[in-house]
Amino acid sequence: MFASLEIGPIFRTLLRNKMGALLIALQIAVTMTIVVNAIFIIDEREALMARVSGVDEPNSFSVSSNGFAEDFDNENTIQEDLRQIRALPSVLNVTTINAIPISGGGWSMSLQVESGEDKDDISTAVYMVDEHGIETLDVALLAGRNFSYQEMRYRDGTEEGWPQNIIITEALLQDLFPDTTPGEVIGKTVYIDRNEPMQIIGVIDTLQAPWIGWDQLENAMLSPEYIAFNNSTRYFVRAQNGMRDQAMRDVEEYLAQRSSERLVRGIESFQEVRENSYGFHAAMIKILTVVMVTLVIITGMGIVGLASFNVNRRKKQIGTRRALGATQWQIVRYFMLENFVITSIGVATGAALSIGLNILLVNFFELNRITWYYIPIGMLCLWCLGQLAVYGPARKAANIPPAMATRTV
Amino acid sequence: MMSYYFRLALISMRRNPVLSTLMVLAIALGIGACMTTITVNYLMSNNPIKHKSDVLFHVQLDNWGPYEAAVDPNDPPFQMTWTDVNNLQKAERAYRQAAMAKSGGVVVPADTNIKPFQAGYRLTYGDFFTMFDVPFLYGSGWDSEADSNGRHVVVLTKEINETLFGGKDSIGENVTLSGEIFTVVGVIDEWHPIPKFYDLNNDDFGRPSELFMPLSLKLSMKLPSWGNVNCWKSPDEDGFEGFLNSECVNFQFWVELNNPGERADYAQFLNNYVNEQKTFGRFPRPLNNRLNNVQEWLEYNEVVADDAQIMMWLSLMFLVVCLLNTIGLMLSKFMGKSSEIGLRRAVGATKKDLFIQHTVETACIGIAGGIVGLGLSFFGLQGLRALYGEFADKLTSLDMNMAILAILLSLVATIIAGLYPTWRACSIAPASQLKSQ
Repeated sequence: MFASLEIGPIFRTLLRNKMGALLIALQIAVTMTIVVNAIFIIDEREALMARVSGVDEPNSFSVSSNGFAEDFDNENTIQEDLRQIRALPSVLNVTTINAIPISGGGWSMSLQVESGEDKDDISTAVYMVDEHGIETLDVALLAGRNFSYQEMRYRDGTEEGWPQNIIITEALLQDLFPDTTPGEVIGKTVYIDRNEPMQIIGVIDTLQAPWIGWDQLENAMLSPEYIAFNNSTRYFVRAQNGMRDQAMRDVEEYLAQRSSERLVRGIESFQEVRENSYGFHAAMIKILTVVMVTLVIITGMGIVGLASFNVNRRKKQIGTRRALGATQWQIVRYFMLENFVITSIGVATGAALSIGLNILLVNFFELNRITWYYIPIGMLCLWCLGQLAVYGPARKAANIPPAMATRTV
Repeated sequence: MMSYYFRLALISMRRNPVLSTLMVLAIALGIGACMTTITVNYLMSNNPIKHKSDVLFHVQLDNWGPYEAAVDPNDPPFQMTWTDVNNLQKAERAYRQAAMAKSGGVVVPADTNIKPFQAGYRLTYGDFFTMFDVPFLYGSGWDSEADSNGRHVVVLTKEINETLFGGKDSIGENVTLSGEIFTVVGVIDEWHPIPKFYDLNNDDFGRPSELFMPLSLKLSMKLPSWGNVNCWKSPDEDGFEGFLNSECVNFQFWVELNNPGERADYAQFLNNYVNEQKTFGRFPRPLNNRLNNVQEWLEYNEVVADDAQIMMWLSLMFLVVCLLNTIGLMLSKFMGKSSEIGLRRAVGATKKDLFIQHTVETACIGIAGGIVGLGLSFFGLQGLRALYGEFADKLTSLDMNMAILAILLSLVATIIAGLYPTWRACSIAPASQLKSQ
């Protein structure tokens, strides 16, 4: 006997008990809608989190020093701090910095290729670092040169304009001078503040801006300055490989030596920065995962429940079929096939609903359009779920003895 | 009669404990998920000062550059310049007005046993406290004389008063802030508006600043600019004053206007002010000022995060799945009772009686599901707190409104879900089930 021969009776039975089948089909449809969209959102978030900051994340941390004593000599303190921290055996290198990549807070400016008020400009994050910045941030020079100690200046808010030389990321280079190689732009002039010229002396690979939601996340420039507003300075430290925790203790201990003159605070590993910035995405991923798992369990239970109910109701009918010579396998197959028909209606509806929900999400929350293959994969998964869920009740049905045909239920 | 139906419902639930538990659990899961996300959305979109929402207005002036808008497509910047907030404050054309900014510095307690620490300041005017109905534990805000003369007075939050003075009445005590001595004039009681509507530029759901002091000290003490700073062009002059005199925005301005007439007058005043400034070569853009009341300002800033809304919609769909499940379970259950129903019909119960009886039964299940769901949402909110950390602390508390909503939502949803099974149960013919007995 071929399975196809049973489709007819299955359909006729389903039509006689529309509601039960409809309930399961609807449940499957809505479940698929949620699961498909949730997995899509999860994948998108994971792609966001996988972007490379450019920093040596496992070995980096930052710390602030805030001088509050009246005669605090910040300029010399910075130099001494840098020297002492660099001398620590657990530290690879250190620089002063005005902002931490992907931390959420920072400084941005606009650069333009031609000077003038009405010319196009390109936004970029600004990192004020010293000549050790490149090594400390773990970025590679693709062309040009690093800053020299002589180029450094001290910035506390009283000086004019910007330093003469800058180093930019390759992404910023592509925005400013499309289709040029790093080597070709060394020595070129760009304008900051509409008309103040600066020279590009170097191009580095990847360094992300402080704002993870920013379209120009890869646009960053380095400016040779010791940043120290209000006697407050931040150090970015790169520890020797694997020695971050040791280095954090060492640096904090060193800085705390002069605690009557300054406050040492905000010591934070880069890992924590990443967790803070991407925490929302990580949380969303976890929540959606929990929702999906719970939902799949509920739907699975729903299928088991309704199938069991159907089996109980049809005990006599099943017994009769068995008495008329149907094998156990044929009974199992009947229920599995029935479930397959119901699930098919569900996943077909689910495919339409999934696309519908995605369109709503795109319109209201500016999410991306769903990639097509999520739909067939979702359908496949729910087909499997349906078959798995119905297998138990179907086995039970198959065990109904033929003698049941003669009994009153 | 009702109590009889309740008894029947209880008997019926007890007779079939597995099915009943499953139903209650399914509903509870759906309600739990929904209430968790609805609570977060509800608190995020909360208007923390409803009773004054219509009289408090956030002011925006468009001082931006000629070639592009501060905010697309053509909106003014969220914050204002030092020059403008001071001019508007001094004009005193509103019933009350408070310019403000975020700053911070090192706090050195008078008690040398307490270590110096860094804290956030809110620089503002004495009107701030009356405008926003800030509750005081001790003392009060400062007067306008303190504002105009830049007196070294400070208002502490309850927490910081705890840190500095062990929570005692500290009025008249001294504390060193950013190197200068301040006198405490007030300690405010618990005050955590959610969201922090008066400054949505910096940490919408964050803690309020810890110390409040007169804004005029910004200039004399060279207090740093914390929070968001935006400039469309660099300051013309260097140094701290150069920044203050520039077109950079870092200040917020709120006014209290008691009726639409005052609002119209104030809008006119703002237009006149900007036109006057245009004669000094400022404000290159066309007139584009905004006066938003609290609700409008919250909506404009879309403080409810997209993620929270997405989760809410998904959880409502989740509830739908749970309800579909419940319909299926109820169908099985009521159908299982068909002989009993047939008997009751045969001995004279009308369809209406049966309908009421079964609706009471579904209502009981709904309420039980709502209560368990409320418990689950409590755990859900704890989970969110664990996931989101400090940010979520203020967004994850269930209040009475939410508890009532949970029960109501559960009740209504369950009764709707129960309609079809109930109808099926009622339409069982009186004698049909008796034959085989």
